[in-house]
Amino acid sequence: MINHNVDITVIGAGPAGLAAAVSASEHGAKNILIIDRNSWVGGILPQCIHDGFGVEETGRSMTGPEYADMYIYIVKKKNINILKETMVLRIDRDKKITVVNKDGLHNIKTKCIILAMGCREKTRWSALIPGDRPSGIYTAGVAQALINLYNIMPGRNVVILGSGDIGLIMARRLKFEGANVLGVIEILAYASGLPRNVVQCLDDYDIPLFLNHTITYIKGKERIESVTIAQIDKKMNIISGTEKEIKCDTLLLSLGLIPENELSKDVGIIIDKITGGPIVNQNLETSFSGVFACGNCLQVYDTVDSLSINAKHAGKNAANYKKKKVNHKLNVIPGKGIRYVIPQMITEPGKIRFTLRVEKPKLKTSIHFIIGSKEIFKKKLPYINPANMIEIYVDISKDLIKSNKILEVALFD
Amino acid sequence: MTDKKQITCIVCPIGCKILIKTDGKSFNLLNGNKCKRGIEYAKNEALDPRRMLTTSIFVKNGEWPLVSVKSSKPIPKQKLFSVLKEIKNKTVSAPVKSGQIIIKNVANSEIDIVATKSIEKI
Repeated sequence: MINHNVDITVIGAGPAGLAAAVSASEHGAKNILIIDRNSWVGGILPQCIHDGFGVEETGRSMTGPEYADMYIYIVKKKNINILKETMVLRIDRDKKITVVNKDGLHNIKTKCIILAMGCREKTRWSALIPGDRPSGIYTAGVAQALINLYNIMPGRNVVILGSGDIGLIMARRLKFEGANVLGVIEILAYASGLPRNVVQCLDDYDIPLFLNHTITYIKGKERIESVTIAQIDKKMNIISGTEKEIKCDTLLLSLGLIPENELSKDVGIIIDKITGGPIVNQNLETSFSGVFACGNCLQVYDTVDSLSINAKHAGKNAANYKKKKVNHKLNVIPGKGIRYVIPQMITEPGKIRFTLRVEKPKLKTSIHFIIGSKEIFKKKLPYINPANMIEIYVDISKDLIKSNKILEVALFD
Repeated sequence: MTDKKQITCIVCPIGCKILIKTDGKSFNLLNGNKCKRGIEYAKNEALDPRRMLTTSIFVKNGEWPLVSVKSSKPIPKQKLFSVLKEIKNKTVSAPVKSGQIIIKNVANSEIDIVATKSIEKI
């Protein structure tokens, strides 16, 4: 058994883990250790070779590998240790972490933990698509890794199910590599990805986007041969007679992402059923004191920029961590038109950064923060979309927290 | 003929819907942009649409078989596929440093293709 004694352990060396570690170091933490199961640092970024990263954070548009390098450079300069090719097996209630790598089993004693495990992609079984079980069905992110990192082309005639950002970006990427992209199928009435990606990945190359459509059947003996698509009605039922068969040799699934929280759940951290990530307070501290969460294991972000801003907040708070008794807390709940709000509880006053998502796209609405019958904040919003996470800063006073009431965030037209 | 046209801005994740008036030669901004960068984008989109190009190039003797690359400046949209063709025929030898120019003046566009990742030699 190899023993380590550190102040802060960061689980995951993707963008969230790197930003959190850098920020913790900038706020005085000395002994920081990052653990990652991959052989490289940067998580998903090296395979995201498209640009658009860092625009909000730095004003400069970078590619994924460039954005990763920006943080890796600082991590190296600050002598932050990274254990690569290392798998975390368990976190104990006394915060002892057990990990394994080629050198054997390690025991890590740590004062704080920052969870930055990221997320994984939904598969065919999340959408329960009927049909055969041929080869040629990939999640969009796996296809992205094959093409951009390993120089392997997954197929030539491709259908993409789901219009999340990775799916849209892969449509363009496949087109660049000479494949026929036969269409992107989206069950909702609008694209799930960012508007800029619909323009520059689909519209630019005349790739059809089938809104209000889904795949009803996958056909293929060895390799996938075709998919059947059909239109759906407002109640999400298939409209019979609208079925259309599209011949293809590859199907990419871009169905959304699931925060990865097996470690969090195993140690008893409370998970928000909607976000799939831990319930956190204003410091991004979970229900386990001294354990913080950030990045896509907390909530799935639209952009790495806002992810890094929140991750830096987690890093700073881990560096300043002192165990405190919580006397009062304000629970935050999503109200009408709101899908979720983070943080889910507030224990200390201050200017709080709320991140939230709405349920449906809408024009001209306003968002209200309400405690009891008192409105403490409101803001007009010209256009909202579930694909765009909303970030709002609101001052929360000591008295509000002492009231031990519930803060409801809701939309009013 | 001047036409009213709606353009979705791609500069940042907001994706402003910008209304413009254009005949392909002249340009009038009507409304919809939330920032200055939107004006610039809408104007270019009406008169000379360009896109940043990101793709990858083969690497010989590298720790990875590919290096990711980008265009040094946005490329005229109609030239994208001729640039991609030239990139396909290129192989570079490791080591490659991020920021290194891989192809100068690609497809006579006065734009360079630049590595966005460092690849070590094996």
